[in-house]
Amino acid sequence: MTALLEARDLRASYGDVEVLHGVDFEVHPGEVVVIVGANGAGKTTTLRSICQLVRTRGALTFDGQSLVGRPTAEIVRLGVGLVPQGRGTMIDLTVHDNLRAGGYIRTDAHEVSQDISFWYETFPRLFERRDMLAGSLSGGEQQMLAVARAMMSRPRLLLLDEPSLGLAPVVIQRLFDVLEDVKQQREVSMVIVEQNVSLALQMAQRAYVLEAGEVVMAGSADELRDNDGVRRAYLGY
Amino acid sequence: MASIATPPQDPTGPMAEAWWREHSLATNLGVIGALLGALSIYAITDGGFGLYLQRVFDGFSSGVLYGATALALVLVFKATKVINFGQGAMATFGAYLAYTCVNNLGFPIVPAILVAMVASAVMAGGIERALVRPFDPNNHLAILLVTLGVYIALSALTILIWGSNPHGFPNLISDGSTSYIGIAGARLYYEDILEAVVVAVFVLAIVLLLSRTRLGLAMRCVASSVESARLLGINVGRSVQVSWALAAAAGTLAACLSAPSTFIQPGFMDNVLLYAFAAATLGGLDSIVGSVFAGVLVGIATSLLTAYVPAFGAEFGSGVAFLLIVIVLQIKPAGLFGRHVMERV
Repeated sequence: MTALLEARDLRASYGDVEVLHGVDFEVHPGEVVVIVGANGAGKTTTLRSICQLVRTRGALTFDGQSLVGRPTAEIVRLGVGLVPQGRGTMIDLTVHDNLRAGGYIRTDAHEVSQDISFWYETFPRLFERRDMLAGSLSGGEQQMLAVARAMMSRPRLLLLDEPSLGLAPVVIQRLFDVLEDVKQQREVSMVIVEQNVSLALQMAQRAYVLEAGEVVMAGSADELRDNDGVRRAYLGY
Repeated sequence: MASIATPPQDPTGPMAEAWWREHSLATNLGVIGALLGALSIYAITDGGFGLYLQRVFDGFSSGVLYGATALALVLVFKATKVINFGQGAMATFGAYLAYTCVNNLGFPIVPAILVAMVASAVMAGGIERALVRPFDPNNHLAILLVTLGVYIALSALTILIWGSNPHGFPNLISDGSTSYIGIAGARLYYEDILEAVVVAVFVLAIVLLLSRTRLGLAMRCVASSVESARLLGINVGRSVQVSWALAAAAGTLAACLSAPSTFIQPGFMDNVLLYAFAAATLGGLDSIVGSVFAGVLVGIATSLLTAYVPAFGAEFGSGVAFLLIVIVLQIKPAGLFGRHVMERV
């Protein structure tokens, strides 16, 4: 099976400081991949380099097309969606406008409004607050809006940066249930960067461990869960 | 959203935020209204109602043009997050284009203004593409300096092409300076009414564009967050370019409407721009309707203050504008209509 996303010797830098020192990873169609690592390991940078929000070198292909040097907007149009760390909703737009903006690249107006209805059914809180500014939502509501907004573009690959950050356990569980449904129903591949490693590993097929900008371990979700080093460092037992 | 009479129970909830926003806007408008009212009572007892009304009409008609220029500043500010110091020079250049259309090409005034608006919009699109877009959108200082450069270059170019002598500029209505409605001895010129209507229609068109169209949605997303806009697949550069073009059209319109009363000459919009800065600040810098409303408020306040407060005098108008900027920034930096959204963590 050919990979949907493939990175070879991917390097990323902020100014003169290189943060990713040549990482290799791949995501296959329909697969959920988790990236695990300590603070500063380069997880967020990995997601940002897929969207070309940081300067990168090396080989990076999505669906056979090279992404390096492409404008971010074009990569989104190819079918990549990012839910950035810290929500990434447009706080001074209404909830409804955020969802409409999520479907900005689509031309099938009728199906866009059907999708908006779908997300309102999935997250009824968003429907109740559809005319309020996104910035006035609670953290959990904003995160749900961010996921729904990213899904509105019907991406084939969804990148999630710490979706559980700052959320109550019950909200996190709800969010991951929705992500699981989305993955099943819409055949979306995902890359999840997550502090809540045990929860993310439940959902994932494979995982990579990043340390100081390099991949130090890669394997199936089960392998990583059983690995003593990973367990002590990231699962905490 | 329906206004709420009493503060909601939960002081931090979203309803509370909406309530406080409306409440504080009402308070501020109330304070300003009371101040203007007190000044008005003094003015009427001092010089009579007819004279007072005339000052208000005069202030209103300049205020509309301050508002239109402030609208141009706000459009660029929303897209690029800087004050465009070149706005006055761009508007002056646009008015000269209209002047050339009338004088050298024999256009009637209305088509001449429309041609000038389109031409200056195209020019602003070029300026954005060539001088602004190459910079990182977050490098505000660099872009601010670019707009200063645009001001200097365009001012020089204007003198180079058209010389520095003042010229007359036609009114919208051919006998615009003599036809008026008399109310209690004050003159309300048809020209001024028409100006206000033209500006109102233009503002309405911009508001509808922003709120109802796909392009407007893209522009609002860019105003909210450039990175989020990119992640939605929006072509940020083109969206910013449209904002610059619309701003230039608004500025040119304001300049063409100002020119009949001030004569057209290099730098004649610089003075208007100062009042527009004050209006944009008072309106909150990111509110389209707010800036126009604030422009009218600044116009009337300036007219009354310079007429009735002897210490200010007629030449102190720009001083009033400057004072207003300082006071608003001190007391209410978000302006009357600006959104001050707290970030949640």
